[in-house]
Amino acid sequence: MSERRGGETPRGPTLFLERQSYRRRRLSEVARLMPIFGAGLFMVPLLWPVGDESEKVQTSSAILYLFGVWGGLILAIALFGLVTRSWAKSDQREID
Amino acid sequence: MASLNLLLSVCFCYVILLFLVAFVADRLAARGRSTWLRSPLIYTLSLSIYCTAWTFYGAVGYAARSGLEFVTIYLGPTLVMIGWWWGLRKLVRIGRSHRVTSIADLLSSRYGKSNTLAIGVTILAVIGVTPYISLQLQSITLSFSIFADADPGSDDRVGATVIWVAAGLAVFAILFGTRNLDANERHHGVVMAIAIEAVVKLVALLAVGVFVVWQVSGGIEATMARIDASEIGRWQVDGGRWASITFLAAAAFVCLPRMFQVMVVENDDERHLRTAAWAFPLYLLLMSLFVVPIAAIGLELMPAGSNPDLFVLTIPLSQGREGLAMLSFLGGFSSATSMVIVAAMALSTMVSNQIVMPIWLSSQTQQASQSGDVRKIVLLSRRISIGAIMVLGVAYYEMSGGGAALASIGLISFAGIAQILPALVGGLFWRGATRLGAIAGLSVGFGIWMFSLLLPGLGSGLIPQHVMEQGLFGIAALRPHALFSITGMDPIEHCVLWSLTLNTLAFFIVSVASFPNPVERLQGAQFVNVFEHSAGPRGWTGSVAQSEDLMVMTQRILGTQDARDLFQREAALQGEYGQLPEPTPEFLERLERQLAGSVGAATAHAMIGQIVGGSSVSVQDLLAVADESAQMLEYSSQLEAQSEELSRTARKLREANEKLTQISLQKDTFLSQVSHELRTPMTSIRAFSEILRDASDLDEADKRKYATIIHDEALRLTRLLNDLLDLSVLESGQVSLNMRPGNVKDVLDHSIVSALAGADGSLDVIRDEASERIPLYSDLDRLAQVFINLITNALKYCDAGQPQLRITARTAGDNVVVDMVDNGSGIPTEAQAMVFEKFARVSAEKAGGAGLGLAICREIMQRLGGDVVYLAGQSGAGFRVTLPTKGEIKG
Repeated sequence: MSERRGGETPRGPTLFLERQSYRRRRLSEVARLMPIFGAGLFMVPLLWPVGDESEKVQTSSAILYLFGVWGGLILAIALFGLVTRSWAKSDQREID
Repeated sequence: MASLNLLLSVCFCYVILLFLVAFVADRLAARGRSTWLRSPLIYTLSLSIYCTAWTFYGAVGYAARSGLEFVTIYLGPTLVMIGWWWGLRKLVRIGRSHRVTSIADLLSSRYGKSNTLAIGVTILAVIGVTPYISLQLQSITLSFSIFADADPGSDDRVGATVIWVAAGLAVFAILFGTRNLDANERHHGVVMAIAIEAVVKLVALLAVGVFVVWQVSGGIEATMARIDASEIGRWQVDGGRWASITFLAAAAFVCLPRMFQVMVVENDDERHLRTAAWAFPLYLLLMSLFVVPIAAIGLELMPAGSNPDLFVLTIPLSQGREGLAMLSFLGGFSSATSMVIVAAMALSTMVSNQIVMPIWLSSQTQQASQSGDVRKIVLLSRRISIGAIMVLGVAYYEMSGGGAALASIGLISFAGIAQILPALVGGLFWRGATRLGAIAGLSVGFGIWMFSLLLPGLGSGLIPQHVMEQGLFGIAALRPHALFSITGMDPIEHCVLWSLTLNTLAFFIVSVASFPNPVERLQGAQFVNVFEHSAGPRGWTGSVAQSEDLMVMTQRILGTQDARDLFQREAALQGEYGQLPEPTPEFLERLERQLAGSVGAATAHAMIGQIVGGSSVSVQDLLAVADESAQMLEYSSQLEAQSEELSRTARKLREANEKLTQISLQKDTFLSQVSHELRTPMTSIRAFSEILRDASDLDEADKRKYATIIHDEALRLTRLLNDLLDLSVLESGQVSLNMRPGNVKDVLDHSIVSALAGADGSLDVIRDEASERIPLYSDLDRLAQVFINLITNALKYCDAGQPQLRITARTAGDNVVVDMVDNGSGIPTEAQAMVFEKFARVSAEKAGGAGLGLAICREIMQRLGGDVVYLAGQSGAGFRVTLPTKGEIKG
């Protein structure tokens, strides 16, 4: 139907990517790991001591920790969104 | 004190405002002037229906009872949003490209358009969500009752509130949720209204929080100190519950019908997820920021025994801040109403599309073609479904008595809805997931959830006491709160663990063991590899971009120049010279037709649909493509057959051509031979006639001698010409045969006499005359010619001392066979093949004739339907003449 243009790269995974594509892949990997990382941080309170009343973590500290992690994650994903804003129109397959 | 009447009128005004907003938004959307309605911000705010009255009021109550555990309800969705890149993005892409209308529709579509599955999911959703709707109604009633208690002038109008609220919400949902049948199932009015409600509830909760922290408590540090000093001042969260509720909230966030509705169905642009990914977690963070302070201060301020669920209202009221309390009430009201509206809409879509319509269509088989009616029926069934769901909610509220049992329904509902998760995630990421697997997983999970959580959770007698204590049928392993005899777990944790584990296990095992049907496999591939099958993220706006895409696609199919011409023509038709044409329906139709000429109708339709509709190829499209491909295949096989025939014909033509060339070559040879044969006698005739003319001193004897030579040569010429003439007549088939009955013996008698008459040498002819009496019907003169020729040949060429010719005749079937064998040395083997060719002579020195005799013989015999061949392996030269006794002329 249409002739192949000279510049077209063959299908299938390519071994070496341009610097930009390489960055994209690593970034999308970060994005994928983010929820797992976040879940890990949110599960840290499970390690906090239980039992003796005096050893227990104060709720104010717990609030600071949880909301701190929460805010950090929001910042991180917002940053990712900002960086990937320009991806929308360019090649999708490459980063999937 | 704020009077109940004031509250009611504010509430009424608020509702009117919502109706107006929804109405205007719908109007704007209908006119296509709704770009800002489709902003990421509105999308994010619409997601906030996750925060219902249960979270608005209940979160504080939850925190007052269990400390920070309430936050898990928000952490789950936060994690889901943060993982949007590989989770929600895919879900939204699939939902949009397959035009999914609900979560039941999505699962049904993924698993081969299974109706059973859709009905199962719908029933699960209705059972799981209806109590949740009554929870919202309860919260509204409760908040009303707070004001009613505070207002001495109020009467017992509160009891009827729930009915009125439910009716109002039903009217809203029907008005704006079922206004029309949009192919994309988008409801701008509803989305806009819930976005405003989202703002109201956030502002309300923040206002109360700010009031509590800075007004009541006196700053952040003081608040923190008061928190640490309160009952919930220490971290005392059960680890199992913490993890399982986080997980449960994440699962419910994706699977809840109302969340699916706003997140996937109402999504305008996949790119909005990018914003929502951080904005919605931020919204959740803000919503939960002041929950613990409010709870802690409430516990401190409010009298013991007061309902912590209503601290958000009662704290401002107790501090004399009626305006703030009013705002807080509106926030709670907003949370409840938006959830109920969207949930009712989503459920009604599911009920109507997955249950009512299939039943109606199957009962109306003969009139199913009336498409105009179907739209009305769908809308009607949705409206009735909304009404029915509301009635169910109210009935459930009345039945349960609105007590504490209802408060726990939030998590129970989440656990039920989460049963969809394995089938959903499996369907999105695993091509091996099958319909049977999904049904099995859902059934197992649903059953365990009902038995271990929902029925016991609803309390009062739904599960008999002895079953709770001793297990079903007295089996200890089947106790609802201690399945497999594992005791001591929190009921929620217990149910989530068992139901989801066994659900996933059943889903996996049955999927692996079963075999999906073709549609299922096709859909599976489409869903799992949606990013390869669908176009990139694209908004519904941006028609120029669409035109560009169309242009690119058309170029690939039609070629650059043709495509450019076509688009320029279209642009000119639309009055836009030098620009790309707008993708109007007419233009698209023409373009599609144009493309269909190249790639087939179904493919063209799918391709244009992919660009303009933003939707991917549906299974029907694919099947149509497959059909077309089959037709093309058939056509191409026809072409193949035709081309084969053509090549056969060409081969024949080539053969004919070769034959013609050969014949032409033969003709040339023949001509040169003839001219050679003619020249020899002519030369001698000319030479001797010149001698006779020029030499005057010739004696009589010489003259006679020369004249004789001339005469002989002239005779030879005549004979040659006669033979040639004969041969040409025979070869051209213009010979007229004189067929008549006769006898072989008579013909032989005549031939021998003719051949031997005037012969120089002697030839003994040996015959068996008795056997020669064979009757035949043929051209006897021509046959005699053949015999004479053969006998003459023997006479001429037999080199034996006593030349003999043995003639035998016999019949073989319908044929007469006459052999003539002499006793000479015969014809050399290498010459045998040539004897029947023209001008073929065995030896040059005995050139009696032109070498045409045997050629003529064969020609004659073939004409008579027989043949003459050389008999090899005889004592001398032998010829066999075969001819039919009842001859027919060969054409």
